[in-house]
Amino acid sequence: MTEVIATNETILVVGGGISGMTAALEAAETGKQVVLVEKRPYVGGRVTQLYKYFPKLCFPTCGLEINQRRAKMNPNLNIISMAEVTDIKGEAGNYTATVKISPRYVNENCTACGDCAKAVEAEFDDEYNYGLGKRKGAYLPHRMAHPQRYVLDPAIIGTDDAQKAKDACKVNAIDLDMQEEVIEFKAGAVIWATGWKPYDANKIQPYGYDRIANVITSVEFERMADPNGPTGGKLTRPSDGKEAKSVAFIQCAGSRDKNHLLHCSRICCMASLKQATYPADDVPITIYYIDIRAIDRFEDFYQKVKAQENVKFIKSKVASIVENKENGNPTLHGVDTEGYNRYADEHDLVVLAVGMEPSVDKASFPVEITINEEGFIEPAPENGGVFAAGCSSDALDVNRAVQHATGAAMRAIQVVNRVAATEG
Amino acid sequence: MSDLNTAMIEKYRSSFLKEVEANVEEGEWVKMCMQCGVCSGSCPLGKHWEHPPQEIFMMIRAGKRDDVLSSDSMWMCTSCYNCIARCPRGLPITHIMHGLAVYSKRLGLTPQKQPTAEFSQIFWDNLMKKGRVNELKLGLSMYFKDGFGQGIKNAMANQKLGQNMMKAKRMNAMEFFGGHSVKDLSGFQKMVKKAQEIEEGNIKDFK
Repeated sequence: MTEVIATNETILVVGGGISGMTAALEAAETGKQVVLVEKRPYVGGRVTQLYKYFPKLCFPTCGLEINQRRAKMNPNLNIISMAEVTDIKGEAGNYTATVKISPRYVNENCTACGDCAKAVEAEFDDEYNYGLGKRKGAYLPHRMAHPQRYVLDPAIIGTDDAQKAKDACKVNAIDLDMQEEVIEFKAGAVIWATGWKPYDANKIQPYGYDRIANVITSVEFERMADPNGPTGGKLTRPSDGKEAKSVAFIQCAGSRDKNHLLHCSRICCMASLKQATYPADDVPITIYYIDIRAIDRFEDFYQKVKAQENVKFIKSKVASIVENKENGNPTLHGVDTEGYNRYADEHDLVVLAVGMEPSVDKASFPVEITINEEGFIEPAPENGGVFAAGCSSDALDVNRAVQHATGAAMRAIQVVNRVAATEG
Repeated sequence: MSDLNTAMIEKYRSSFLKEVEANVEEGEWVKMCMQCGVCSGSCPLGKHWEHPPQEIFMMIRAGKRDDVLSSDSMWMCTSCYNCIARCPRGLPITHIMHGLAVYSKRLGLTPQKQPTAEFSQIFWDNLMKKGRVNELKLGLSMYFKDGFGQGIKNAMANQKLGQNMMKAKRMNAMEFFGGHSVKDLSGFQKMVKKAQEIEEGNIKDFK
């Protein structure tokens, strides 16, 4: 049984992405008891799937390493991975949380040697790479995963593969009898940091993501650019594996659109500008946009990319994409706003800069909370001791998400301090 | 918004935009266009438009009254509704185009011999006679709209189609003599007249 020691002075953090981790660490480092519940088998969330950050084009692995180190060193922080909060009852200063923990089938003996993965044959779509590659039925989700511990896919349990994995393990880390657990514990305040998910590109019917191989999403492109990613850092076309000799980005794919997401997702302009720096200098890049929103202090980054000779900007929301059946090239149709010229442009690879959608839908919140029209959490007094952190509150980049999470930690600390004061 | 903001917005709203908002069906939506161009790119007849919808909206806001109202662009709309379905701001573009066409017709600015405008007039005249569309006469009016000789040519070319329609009872030659009518024809005509009066009364003068 997973043991959680928690009181009304404990802070529960739901979601262990960059926001949840930040909030949890900030609170734990002030001496508060923190329980972090994360759905994935590891912490770090979507930031672990980024190749580079904008605007410095540095690697997220750097900050993740620092945060993971902080987490390992802090005795006040208890991370429960592969777990979901199913219910929260009570009020500020006195919550009871119900958490469902899925079996990992691997215990803390694991040394991440990888022998089990070698023994197992079954392969599955790799969710870490947005399904672009395959992973084994026994796997380490990604190289820097924390906790650094393998996972057995529940689909192999009861098959020969599970036994092979167990037999291959020299340190007796595989426990095929692990069961799903449901635990309950107390908390004084809750930090809700469930983050975002990429908007489902299949819903943008005219762009043909579901039927044209060489139309991909920005999150997939990010994985392709990573040298440790499914294509080894090569920007290849899914249709024939050839390297893309021309790339187009379509902005506002699903954002600022009454048929899709009402809000501006804020990060996609900067993400595409960043991604425009990934291909080699001689690869022509075209960015189709309504208006470039290099928010905040990023205008200089926009100017820098604009000065790149291989990058062209076309002010137009692409109307539709049709596949050239002969070479698999997506052809973009539309009319530009600067001159009203009709175009039909062929590109090797088309990247949809998909928007940010809250990862928990309005109906599935296990706690009373105020949600706005776009599905994000409003900072309402009715939320009591539940505080949103990061992308559960709005579409934010990492920088702002981390700032927001620190603010949320502060509010949670105030609540548990009040509890401490009354309980003496 | 503060009064000052509202006043400034009013100041920068061109008089033609105000006119469109007042006199064109759904014209109050024109200011909502964000110039993304998805309507123009989605229009199946787009390449036949001198000014695609996105440009029309910009021209309205720029006060190009004559260029817009005497254009034949809005007459190109076939009401396929692709633009409305895709418009990220939900503008009723099809309806605005029809509204502009109606308004240009009302002001007598429609280009001469514009086929859609001609057909619309023939359809209207046909409908007003009996309160029901007489398909035989509508077809004949279209055949003969460019003169008797051309009319005979058109009729000969479509002879087979006409015969098949009669065989399938989709068209009746007897309709040529009078044709069917609504029950209360004079009531129908009074109703339309009243509607036209109301419409006329709503038109604001921008001359």
